[in-house]
Amino acid sequence: MKKGIEVSIAASVAAKLARVEVIAAYPITPQTHIVEHLSDLVANGELDAVYINVESEHSAMSACCGASAGGARTFTSTSAQGLELMHEILFIASGMRLPIVMATVNRALSSPLSIWGDHSDVMAARDTGWIMLFCENGQEVVDSIIMAFRIAEDRRILLPVMVNLDGFSLSHVIEPIEFPSQEEVDKFLPAYSPLYTLHPDKPVTMGAYAMPELYTEAKYAQEMAIVNSRPVIAQVMEEFGKSFGRSYKPVETYNIDKADFVFIALGAVSENIKTAIDALKEEGKEAGLISLRLYRPFPAEELIAVLANKKKAAVIERVMPGGAMNSPLYNEVASLVHANNMNLSVQNYVLGLGGRDAHPEEFMEIFRSVDTKQPLRKDMNFTVIGVRA
Amino acid sequence: MAKPMDQYKWHELNVGCVIEEIGNASEYKTGDWRSQKPVVNQEKCIKCGLCWLFCPDAAIEQMEDGRYRWNMDYCKGCGICATECKPGAIKMVEEER
Amino acid sequence: MRRKSLQLYTDHPELEFAVPGHRACQGCAEILALRLALKVFGKDTILAMATGCMEIISTPLPLTDWTLPWIHVAFENAAAVASGIEGALRILMDKNKIPRKDINVVAVAGDGGTSDIGLQALSGALERGTNFTYICLDNEAYMNTGIQRSSSTPYGAMTTTSPPGRKSIGQSTWKKNMPKIAVAHNIPYVATACPSYPFDLFSKVKKAKMTKGPSYLHILSVCPTGWRIPTDLAIRYGKLAVKAGVFPLYEVENGEWRLTYSPEPLTPVKDYFKGQGRFRHLTDEVVAEIQGRVNKEWEELKGMCVK
Repeated sequence: MKKGIEVSIAASVAAKLARVEVIAAYPITPQTHIVEHLSDLVANGELDAVYINVESEHSAMSACCGASAGGARTFTSTSAQGLELMHEILFIASGMRLPIVMATVNRALSSPLSIWGDHSDVMAARDTGWIMLFCENGQEVVDSIIMAFRIAEDRRILLPVMVNLDGFSLSHVIEPIEFPSQEEVDKFLPAYSPLYTLHPDKPVTMGAYAMPELYTEAKYAQEMAIVNSRPVIAQVMEEFGKSFGRSYKPVETYNIDKADFVFIALGAVSENIKTAIDALKEEGKEAGLISLRLYRPFPAEELIAVLANKKKAAVIERVMPGGAMNSPLYNEVASLVHANNMNLSVQNYVLGLGGRDAHPEEFMEIFRSVDTKQPLRKDMNFTVIGVRA
Repeated sequence: MAKPMDQYKWHELNVGCVIEEIGNASEYKTGDWRSQKPVVNQEKCIKCGLCWLFCPDAAIEQMEDGRYRWNMDYCKGCGICATECKPGAIKMVEEER
Repeated sequence: MRRKSLQLYTDHPELEFAVPGHRACQGCAEILALRLALKVFGKDTILAMATGCMEIISTPLPLTDWTLPWIHVAFENAAAVASGIEGALRILMDKNKIPRKDINVVAVAGDGGTSDIGLQALSGALERGTNFTYICLDNEAYMNTGIQRSSSTPYGAMTTTSPPGRKSIGQSTWKKNMPKIAVAHNIPYVATACPSYPFDLFSKVKKAKMTKGPSYLHILSVCPTGWRIPTDLAIRYGKLAVKAGVFPLYEVENGEWRLTYSPEPLTPVKDYFKGQGRFRHLTDEVVAEIQGRVNKEWEELKGMCVK
């Protein structure tokens, strides 16, 4: 049975269903509703967990590292500047292979300050060694948080997982969401059984340093863990479908069978793209959507499969490239196309920055103009939609 | 027994580079850092244990008779034991190599 | 015999938790302070250590100097990491996932990791009432990176980033009073200690260990390398610092201040400075200025302490 609920509240209910044991978090808009509700759940005794009110996001992620190393199922949530303040520790959490789960409520980065949504924050953290999932809607947020713990704690993986949901446009909307029962979740997600913990009964050393003789091997081992996690993640998603009747794939598609043209996007903007695709269909035109639920590790094989026979693609991103020729996802798609000799023309569009709405009409316009579009300059191979010139 | 650093293959490292073999730093001998070494006159030793207490390298061990001996595998020759020995039973002399 | 008297503080004085084979400099009183403190904490202890000398001398992968559970995450966050460990132990014991027992959670950092970059994380952990002990091993500069000044470096001292020169006397600021900052958090136990006074140190470590809630130990750790003194004199210089009133030994238990050792009459500061390369450049005027400040702070401290 579905229940109308704010997505942030639903995210904290998902963390409760996952029986998280330690939460260390610092408030930041638009993440606040998640941590407020978790605080309530702990205060009311509905969730048997320790909530650590840290004094910064840096300490939030640091405390999460300590708690996870101590053997507890650990959760946190942040946004924007908070994710950047954590940045240093993100690398350490993944390097130490600590299966922390974090809900990142995506928001623009200062300066200028903006509390509104885009993907500047997560894109600045994309190569920190975390597994990254993106959500289109509230149901995906709930399901992804539950799956995230299964993925993170799998002995073949043991890596932190970030569940991304768009600030306000997803986090603060009320949606009909179906919650699995506690029994079902317990069956899908058994209690965390850590490989190593900090305990006097079996002392270990965690966080030793590596000399040049060993650093490469240590980082290669970590890289193998994230690269090889891809099939395991797909397996967990499939199993989730069997258990709960909602199946997910690392790469989701919409109307791609008849279309030569596809949008490639991340997160809740996909919903608006789908509206545009439906409108185009009414005009007798076919456009498809490829939405990456899994962004790290990069789902290259899945993407190759769905891009087969496609002629044109538009990569939609909510981040300014910051002096790069293109935005991050475009670079990876272009690299995929090049490495696999694919006959695909790819264009790059930047929109939805700092909470600016991305209207379906704009995606329809992108579809119509993709053939005639020329880059503004040689060193700026992307188009910013809606900027007043 | 840990291998030399440059002999590990990537898959031989524990997950997260955790070290399970606690205290294995003792495989590394710091005795060759020494330029001076302690020489003890056991006759003068009053068994107070200050040398043992103040040794930063935990390189001094108590013997059955209550006196102390130096583990020269680890003694770095700092000279704290000689300086702090109340009856002056310990002298630092040049290390011969 | 000293070892017998040590049994007042620990059942197994012979056990080493910082084993031989670490790469601390010759005559390092910082590893000594830790070696002694860990004897009192004993085997049911988890260490969360900041980046710094003690971390770098002890854990070059695949080796570790520690026989206790030990974790290093970063430089500025030992207190936050310890908070997480403490939280994990608490919930796992509450949920009967691990047996209930007293486990000491101990965060360790240097003076830079405490009074500069780690101050915020420490303040948070103290304010939250975390059940742990925080040890600041104060060697009065960033020794690990090559003797740069910290806010804990004493006035006038030469470091590589507070060099004396035509326009500089060396360190131009007065040492930050970290223990007093800890006291301002109204935590149950704060103490200063120095391994040159090992039994005073043992007694304070034991009190910190027994404290429910946060405790803070500030341990002066003489650094022959950074202070430019001979390697055999670390214990001596620790005593000189205490006897000159430069580093008083006291404790603050539930807000009550108490001197644990009174060196009065204080020896002149210049006796403590003599032989230390880091103070060699100081003029008589600067030494007199420092002496005035030390006298004033000593009197203030005495005024706060119960008789």
